[in-house]
Amino acid sequence: MADYVLETRKLSKEFKGFSAVNDLNLQVERGHIHALIGPNGAGKTTVFNLLTKFLTPTAGTILFNGIDVTRERPADIALRGVIRSFQISAVFPNLTPLENVRLALQRPTGTSYQFWRSDRCLCQLDDRAMDLLESVGLAEVSGDITGELAYGRKRALEIATTLALEPELVLLDEPTQGMGAEDVDKITALVKRASAGRTILMIEHNLKVVATLADRITVLQRGAILSEGAYAEVSQDPRVLEAYMGVHP
Amino acid sequence: MNKSIWAALLLLGVLAPYVVYPVFMMKLLCFALFAMAFNLLLGYTGLLSFGHAAFFGGASYITGHLVKNSGLTPELGILGGTLFAALLGYLVGSLAIRRQGIYFAMVTLALAQIVYFLALKLPFTGGEDGLQGIPRGLLFGLIDLNRVYLVGGRPLGLNLYYFVFAVFCLGFWVVHRTIHSPFGQVLKAIRENEPRAISLGYKVDRFKLMAFVISSAIAGLAGATKSLVFQLASLTDVSWHTSGEVVLMTLLGGVGTVLGPLVGAFTVVSLQSELSSVGSWITVIIGGIFVVCVLLFRRGFVGELARLLKRTL
Repeated sequence: MADYVLETRKLSKEFKGFSAVNDLNLQVERGHIHALIGPNGAGKTTVFNLLTKFLTPTAGTILFNGIDVTRERPADIALRGVIRSFQISAVFPNLTPLENVRLALQRPTGTSYQFWRSDRCLCQLDDRAMDLLESVGLAEVSGDITGELAYGRKRALEIATTLALEPELVLLDEPTQGMGAEDVDKITALVKRASAGRTILMIEHNLKVVATLADRITVLQRGAILSEGAYAEVSQDPRVLEAYMGVHP
Repeated sequence: MNKSIWAALLLLGVLAPYVVYPVFMMKLLCFALFAMAFNLLLGYTGLLSFGHAAFFGGASYITGHLVKNSGLTPELGILGGTLFAALLGYLVGSLAIRRQGIYFAMVTLALAQIVYFLALKLPFTGGEDGLQGIPRGLLFGLIDLNRVYLVGGRPLGLNLYYFVFAVFCLGFWVVHRTIHSPFGQVLKAIRENEPRAISLGYKVDRFKLMAFVISSAIAGLAGATKSLVFQLASLTDVSWHTSGEVVLMTLLGGVGTVLGPLVGAFTVVSLQSELSSVGSWITVIIGGIFVVCVLLFRRGFVGELARLLKRTL
């Protein structure tokens, strides 16, 4: 039997009678890069919000490493090692990239409630933060104001911050959205490198990225699974072709 | 900020009573401390409290009561007032942080109005008249805070002034340390992007509540000290006007800057005192100045200066 790091059983979410996610049984295998695709409004981001507890499911269960985490709070999920990114870039814009990464490194140190200590004690995290920034090609802008960085760099910073927490499962919400071709290639390579030793579940519209990266693909439509499998299978599935292209086989 | 600026400010504070009327100076210090406490929430955590007068005024009543009716020494009275404000901050904060933005502000305002009502109705508060004739007493039972020194023919209450200045420095230090601590770093993250802070594993509600309690305690410290300076705890201290004034001071001076609230409080209190002869038109004049400031330099005095100098102040 396959080893699933994340599993949902009959997961549903209704918004005032509108069913955004409907009896979803999703299984994410450990070590995979698993892509969640589907047309706009298919419920992909809702699934992410359910998995990270930003939304409470109407019904169903979520298992992480076999443990039922359906009723936990967003920060608890994060502490278990599930770190997400957001559709719009999730950085702290008025801090420097170094401070951004350091905030992730700071959390496990247990100093975060200490308001009586000088923040100079955080400098011991600087080396590690710089390494992470180096690995995503942001070392030379480590002291700039994050909000003024180019879009692609913000996304790269987001990934560096996420990796700083050594997550077991990373949820990426459209990591290449709104990027030029060059940046897309960079981020693709970055996600590939980041996937070493961990599981990644990503929402992605760019099918080229999905084809390059994903071990397994789940296609969502109207909150339910339309098709599932490797890229070669899914891309030939007539139902997927119809949903995406409007082609009737 | 470099050490020479701090040293210069400290020196200014030490020499001020020889130049400026000490009671006026002490009023400035109390309001500056109040604005700094408020700025810790608005500027560094992104929470707009519209009920901070409850902590400021509430503490001044409690301190007044402890010193006047229970005969406590001034430092214990201030400690009592500050603890009361912290406790009140815990209660108000616990409820308010469940909501965000304008709803957060409304919850704090509503709860502060309850405190106002209590200040009007409770037996020890003196109702409409307020709690008057609060004795300054002997600090640590030794130093007479009423003692006046003749300097160049002018009577100066230096004991009280230096006590108030010391309290101010202590409060300033606590706020400054909080901002520049590992805790403060997380607060800034919450201000910048709360969902991201959550997704990094920070239980943001706890951080917000803690910031709220620290801020209320410092606001209380300011109010408690003020009640000794003016020997009065009045309804004005707990009214929503005072809550509004502290917002004004912070925005004028520069929200999210260390020195902004200080500058803002000095500006507003000085204007109020300079323009006191024009009566109720003062509200219109300060309102006008505020509008002009917001339109011309949104970051406030210190915020704009910091931008020009490209450094944090």
